[in-house]
Amino acid sequence: MTDLDRRRFLLGAAAAGASALGAACGWDGGRALRPRLMAWSGVNDWVSARLFSSSRLAREYPLARRTADAAFPAYYVSDAVPVLRDPAAWRLQVGGLVRKPVALAIDQLIAMPRLSYTVKHHCVEGWTAIATWAGVPFRALAERVEPLPSARYVMFRSFDSGYSNGWDVASAMHPQTILAYAYNDRPLMPDHGAPLRLYSPTKLGYKNTKYLLAVEFTDTKPGGYWEDQGYPWFGGL
Amino acid sequence: MEDERKLPENAGPAAGDGPSSAAGTPPSGATEGAAPAPEAAGPEGGAPGPAAQPPDEATAAAPAPGLERGAPGPATTAGPVAEPAAGVVAEPVAPAEPPVPEARPFVRRHHWIVRLTHWVNTVVLLGMMASGLQIYNAYERFGIRGTRLPVPNPFDMHPVPHWARLGGWLAGGLNWHFFLMWPLVLNGLLYLGYLLFTGEWRPLLFRTRDVGPAVEMQKYYLHLRREHPPQGKHNALQKGAYTFIVLLGILSVVTGLSLWKPVQLWWLTALFGGYELARYWHFVAVWLFVAFIVVHVVLVFTVDPASLRAMITGWYRGRFPSHD
Repeated sequence: MTDLDRRRFLLGAAAAGASALGAACGWDGGRALRPRLMAWSGVNDWVSARLFSSSRLAREYPLARRTADAAFPAYYVSDAVPVLRDPAAWRLQVGGLVRKPVALAIDQLIAMPRLSYTVKHHCVEGWTAIATWAGVPFRALAERVEPLPSARYVMFRSFDSGYSNGWDVASAMHPQTILAYAYNDRPLMPDHGAPLRLYSPTKLGYKNTKYLLAVEFTDTKPGGYWEDQGYPWFGGL
Repeated sequence: MEDERKLPENAGPAAGDGPSSAAGTPPSGATEGAAPAPEAAGPEGGAPGPAAQPPDEATAAAPAPGLERGAPGPATTAGPVAEPAAGVVAEPVAPAEPPVPEARPFVRRHHWIVRLTHWVNTVVLLGMMASGLQIYNAYERFGIRGTRLPVPNPFDMHPVPHWARLGGWLAGGLNWHFFLMWPLVLNGLLYLGYLLFTGEWRPLLFRTRDVGPAVEMQKYYLHLRREHPPQGKHNALQKGAYTFIVLLGILSVVTGLSLWKPVQLWWLTALFGGYELARYWHFVAVWLFVAFIVVHVVLVFTVDPASLRAMITGWYRGRFPSHD
């Protein structure tokens, strides 16, 4: 190995490294890799489902720790806040693979068992916020409609431009999964998903469907608005 | 502990032992003739090419170095079975520094597992940092909404430049991050497992007794001391760096887990001071990695370029040939 060889070798190695880096800058993986990465996300979902405990509760916080209303971001995918034209006519349709499908008005939901907690909200973007939510435990709803044993998933549909989320039954049956109609001791506001939204402190924010219209038990894995675009399906914390 | 003790003998009197210096010559002559051999043997790693093997074995027979190798715990030195002879070659050839002899023999420096994990880590860690910055970009500050963590962050409210991100958008960054975390962890475990299994952690782990030598080494770099302090495979500052970087890797993985599952692994998240602080430590780790990489690469090219070839082919011929 002469000095010249060595110099050429080092320069070559440096150039190769620099060009590899340059090629990767700001890259999203390209058309070939993106679907593979999304497929791998299924592996992480599988691991997440195994890490998920159906009895471990998310920590609750004192009321004093609540995030100011104005600081708690609210979002929807429609161009404007989705609002019902006739709120009195709204019913939550609960059906699919169940023995007793029902359509429930908000008063009927409020009359059902109630769960309230002050918990931390984790957004996939990385921010957190603390708020109090109150609503019907999903379990209570399931007991009422009696899902068939074949129902392994639940699809939540909304009137926010087709926004929806698919959940596994184990996550939906977690004791802290609720259909919330109150936020910080007040009726749910339109920008937080009025009149009813799904909520769980064990899921990332985007899994918690706002502006609920229907709950459908199913035996095939349902997608979801963000999930279909590449966000993790399980989204569990 | 063995390493240091034999260092002085190693550094000083190499010329004194007749047999070893005699043994030092044949391999250099041999390697001179078989110059391309190491490269050829490189990829196979564990099984060096036939051309490279004979000189090693010839030196292994030399009596003087045998003593040194034998003295420290035999189990550990016998550990790296793949390269038993190579270490022996090094010692007789660690003479006084300045007059660089033209014909230095190649010595086996890095096992193929070390080289593989090093380069896998290079690619995967860069990908983890770039996809992590893509994720940071979605919310470029720390603290629960409406509050700020009282921590320094020069990147507060600063979007990460496009060139430093991987994934294109948040979901893309997440998917890269949550894919690359698997090879990152498995690769790290392979490396640490190798070190533990072979005892190769010994010349790498910084311990309290390395503090003095580290100060001496720093003095040398600051020109407060003229001669390079005696060292084994790595000097004390290197030990510090390589120990630190492993701890930093562990911190990154563990804070990452605490961010991925802050409810299921709530105790881990609590250990780091809660979700927001865990996210901060995870982010700080990136800049410590960047700082390490800059220093690491600059030192490779300015102080010991031969170490780059050693990390690729496994064979080293440069300023610090001793092998412990």
